[in-house]
Amino acid sequence: MTLSRRSFTRGALAAGALAASPVGRARAQMAPIKIGSLLPRSGFEAFIGKDCQIGLEVAEKIIKDMGYSFEVIDGDTESNPQTARTQAERLIRDGCHMLMGSFDSAQTFALAQVAEQHGIPMVVNIGADPAITEQGYKFVFRNFPTSHMFGDNGMVLFDQLFKITGTTPKTAVLTYVNDSFGEATRKAVISYRDRFGLPFKIVEQIGYSPQTNDLSVEVAKAKAANPDLQIVIHRLNDIIIMVREMVEQRYQPMGIISPGSPGMQFPQFFKALGKYANYCITNQPWLDPKQPLAHRFQTDFYKAHPDYLCGLEQGFMFEGLLVCVDAYKRAKSTKPEALAAALRTTHITERVMIGGAITFDAKGQNTHLPSASVENLNGKPTVVLPEANAEAKPVFPMPRWF
Amino acid sequence: MPPYVTFVVDGILTGAVYGLMALGLSVIFGVVRIVNFAHGEMMVMGMYATILLHKYLGLDPLLCAPLNALILFVFGFALQRGLINRYIFRPEHEQFILMLGIATLLTSSMLMVFGPDARNVQPDYALDSFQIGSLILDKVRVFAAAGAVISVTLLWAFFRYTRTGKAIRACADNQVGAQVVGLDVSRLYGVTFGLGAACVGAAGTLMLLLVDVQPYISTDYTLLSFVIVIVGGLGSMPGALLGGLLIGVSEGLSAYLITPSLKSMFSFGLLIVVLLIRPQGLFGRSA
Amino acid sequence: MRVPTGRRTNAALLVAAAAALVLPLFAGSYVLSVLVVFMQAAYLGLCWNIMMGFAGQLSLGHALYVGLGAYVAAALYVHFGLLPWAGLLAGVAVAALAGAFIGALSFRFGVTGVYFALLTIAFDEATRILFDHFSWVGGSAGLFLPVKTLTHNDVLHLRGAPEMFYYILLVFSAAVLALSRMLLGRRVGYYWLAIREDQAAAQSLGINVFRYKLAAVTLSAALTAVAGAVMAFYDNNLYPDTVFTTAGSVAIITAPVIGGVGTLFGPVLGAFVLTTLGEAMTDVGAVFGVPGLKQWFYGAALVIIVLAQPAGLWPWLRRRLRVGEDER
Repeated sequence: MTLSRRSFTRGALAAGALAASPVGRARAQMAPIKIGSLLPRSGFEAFIGKDCQIGLEVAEKIIKDMGYSFEVIDGDTESNPQTARTQAERLIRDGCHMLMGSFDSAQTFALAQVAEQHGIPMVVNIGADPAITEQGYKFVFRNFPTSHMFGDNGMVLFDQLFKITGTTPKTAVLTYVNDSFGEATRKAVISYRDRFGLPFKIVEQIGYSPQTNDLSVEVAKAKAANPDLQIVIHRLNDIIIMVREMVEQRYQPMGIISPGSPGMQFPQFFKALGKYANYCITNQPWLDPKQPLAHRFQTDFYKAHPDYLCGLEQGFMFEGLLVCVDAYKRAKSTKPEALAAALRTTHITERVMIGGAITFDAKGQNTHLPSASVENLNGKPTVVLPEANAEAKPVFPMPRWF
Repeated sequence: MPPYVTFVVDGILTGAVYGLMALGLSVIFGVVRIVNFAHGEMMVMGMYATILLHKYLGLDPLLCAPLNALILFVFGFALQRGLINRYIFRPEHEQFILMLGIATLLTSSMLMVFGPDARNVQPDYALDSFQIGSLILDKVRVFAAAGAVISVTLLWAFFRYTRTGKAIRACADNQVGAQVVGLDVSRLYGVTFGLGAACVGAAGTLMLLLVDVQPYISTDYTLLSFVIVIVGGLGSMPGALLGGLLIGVSEGLSAYLITPSLKSMFSFGLLIVVLLIRPQGLFGRSA
Repeated sequence: MRVPTGRRTNAALLVAAAAALVLPLFAGSYVLSVLVVFMQAAYLGLCWNIMMGFAGQLSLGHALYVGLGAYVAAALYVHFGLLPWAGLLAGVAVAALAGAFIGALSFRFGVTGVYFALLTIAFDEATRILFDHFSWVGGSAGLFLPVKTLTHNDVLHLRGAPEMFYYILLVFSAAVLALSRMLLGRRVGYYWLAIREDQAAAQSLGINVFRYKLAAVTLSAALTAVAGAVMAFYDNNLYPDTVFTTAGSVAIITAPVIGGVGTLFGPVLGAFVLTTLGEAMTDVGAVFGVPGLKQWFYGAALVIIVLAQPAGLWPWLRRRLRVGEDER
């Protein structure tokens, strides 16, 4: 197996840096493990790939300081599954011992097949489709909630919120973006309602196209239903348009809550909406305010990238890498079977996301990934639930805009 | 006031910007007879140019529009003279594929230069609205529509009253005759392409007030421009504008009456129907 | 167009066929995955070529047929356990119907050229949105096929290693090549050529233009769907937004345009050049940290070919090697 020029250079630089650093001098025993990191770096998902990448880069520095020995090699899925497959093959050919990736479920599914075929361990750091860990794979592990878990964990927080604040809405309108993510999340919400019931009635479900630039009709429909609560499943672009439209149409429910979507925590959301961004709540896994590692991660991240968000994706990129290098440390070998065995017995308590220890069940799935309620308070996303990890008390219903 | 009045008005406002965008396409086809499949990409270029102008010159986005139009005009003129001029008499599919290639090049270049992040501009009046009776209108949308209407009027006046404008119309009507009379057809084609690009550049600035920009939104806008232009009539200026208004309103109404997420399908359905039944569109002349 | 014959040509064909058959044995896993991509691009290009290259109808919505083939076969497998090959036939039938429908509608109403191309895009995009709402096949949340752990190649159930898919696509590509060659040598081929060059003249000669154009469109659609069905079992997941996109349609036409529209081997050569150079571009891009270089290269290739060699690379190569139609 030939070493490509690029990986040789990176390896040389990494080895040199490691040897030069104080940590390196003391603990340079194990050779660095090669981890292939696959993300959409071009194509229409490129902007998410970039967000994930900068999180990973900050994480790499911290994890190296913790004494782990590794080297990350980048791959580009180009936002499509065919390329994801060939690039995974390329990384394996170039000597990667493990793979991480890759945000989009279709691409991740393709990668998982390649990894399993080669018997190379793969850690899904971001990728929600349940099917990925339902195939009986022995080498694929996922430290990210499935869309079912996302939905359930997000919905269970509603009850907590109402109990703590003493206010329970009676009716709700559900708006959702009609793409693969939006549809999966919507299904999860309805499934939760059908299994466990909800204290409020979902009177209407309004879907819209992800490329929209105008949500006036959708918002007017929601306003006409006059619900107590607005449940939103969205992406960044459309949630800005929606909340702005709600302000314009003077439509303000008791709360705008998402069972888990990217958008309301982002700096762009705050910049676009100013004070109207406050009191919006998103239920999703989040960085744990009680974990010192999370604090360090956030501090380092915002120093390097003040205009970006250090949130769900970045946290899971960190943990994905952590899981890989931790397994290597315990396996003491780059042999795939040893790594896979080590991965199966993962038990990491010092982490960045809210939840108990990182462990994997028989299917390779981490089933303990609770969501937190992240409420926008004073222009910052703030953890308000679960109470054990909260930084502040939740505010519900929202104070009136006008 | 019944709710659909708001949607119709909103649809008209958005439709005005769509109309300006499609107008560029129509002008180019009507005169130079090139089907510009890189239309959406040129608009995205205009959007990025606006971001740069806003960032480095601190101009309010609306004021960027004329500047942006100028930049895109130069680009369009150069592109036509440099590259496209030799393609006017080639088979249609070669033109199409050339523009397709240019579109791909533009998109990937923008990815490399600007990166994949979504960007936007935030005017100070972003959250304000006008209130007329019980009708609430988004200030940004009103200004964008006003900008579009002004641009279209200027363009119309240009074609109607200036010498170059009339010369271009002559070229479109009768190319051989125009040459006989001594018009520099080549240069006029360049000017026309530049004007089409300028339209789409101005439309881009206005569109940026409504949406974020990232390199991959271009294809949707190319398709939308084609829908509008086909419905309104390729080569007809009022057709493009009215087509834009029609699409804007129908999107709003179909979102209200049917499911919102099916509204683009309605536009495609309309395209299919028009292509089959009346390919010259509402106002176009038969090809 | 003269159909290629001659000793040199046959020798070249033999060499190419031998190489294609034997390559997977020497290729590592990565190269093999790239070969599958190449073979798929070649096959799709050959199918598209029948419609555009021979009959002159520009279709920019061919992803529609790929998607229909894929979804029909996959859905029947997931919901009814139907054998993939039976599902493939069903997918082919659906795609053929769709192609015939679009063709009949367009040609009956006299929609040609650029307008026809736009029509094909509209149908493709409309179908995409439709499938986004079609919950029986998963809607926008996608359709997943259960993956079996691969212990051996099961051609009957289309479960197997990448080699298996490569060879399946190779066989199909050879079949389409042979079919194209045969059709070109018969009356239908000449009629297509006449229609492509000058439809009005062909009509005035008494050729039933409508029927032959329709035949080209339907055949092309049906053959395209085969690849969709096969690849559905390779990828094991389908989303409307991945399968039915205009970007996918553009990708389908890029290889034959580069290689040479209307020639027999153009699509294959184009697919080969694009796939190999594309991978090289990705490598270069990775070294310099510039993602998306491959896309840039595809756009540049299209522009350069249309400018410098609009007939494509294959006619040029053919002259150099003096094979095929240029064998003297």
